[in-house]
Amino acid sequence: MDFFSVCVFAAGIGMGLGAVGTGIGQGFAVKGAVEGVARNPGASGKILTTMMIGLAMIESLAIYALVICLIILFANPYKDVVLGLAKTVVK
Amino acid sequence: MEAVIGGIENMIVETMGEHGRPFFPLIATLAIFVLVSNLIGLIPGFFPPTANINTTAACAIIVFLSTHVVGIKHHGLHYVKHFLGPIWWLAPMIFFIEVIGHLSRPVSLTLRLFGNMNGHELVLMVFFALAPFIVPLPMMLMGVLVSFIQAFVFMLLAMIYIQGSLEEAH
Repeated sequence: MDFFSVCVFAAGIGMGLGAVGTGIGQGFAVKGAVEGVARNPGASGKILTTMMIGLAMIESLAIYALVICLIILFANPYKDVVLGLAKTVVK
Repeated sequence: MEAVIGGIENMIVETMGEHGRPFFPLIATLAIFVLVSNLIGLIPGFFPPTANINTTAACAIIVFLSTHVVGIKHHGLHYVKHFLGPIWWLAPMIFFIEVIGHLSRPVSLTLRLFGNMNGHELVLMVFFALAPFIVPLPMMLMGVLVSFIQAFVFMLLAMIYIQGSLEEAH
């Protein structure tokens, strides 16, 4: 289990967990919006606007998880340390 | 184009009230800049400027600085009351919580816009590598939707933050 394969593993699990919470939260938001439109079809414009804003807010939490996973995979700050250590071992 | 400007002006008056009118140039500039930058990414071969964290950080820092400058100009030194909360003997703790909340605003603005645009571009790159003919099309349709929504949310959050610093402290 070397460093880079654990990094890939961590990025996958992290983003997956981020998506779970986001899915549940956005599901509740859409549920509330659809119930609101069902009760009062005339207000569907405002309800849809509010729902879009709420969805974007909740989505941003998944985006934070995505940014961390991208940093782990592509801009890993410990990459140089690990590569330096690997050079000292392989010799 | 007039419909866009009129729409933004209506939204500013609706969210911020009449004393929000002087901020219309700033908010409209940010909104149209973010919208056009997002939409540029849909042309094949072009990379959206907002997919780089420097662009989004710049926009978020502008909003952050403008909220505090507007608050200090409008309220003078009583602006500190915004950070102290309603109960005076809890003030030191509430001060730290409010400062952290305020500092998290530009971070969240930056990361939201950057993550949405960059994530979309990454997904498009992966789809182009895997199945270049039909599969990227639904992603690009979602890209249109996401571009509009993210520009709208950025504008709305900027308005809410500026209005929060203009209103009376609790």
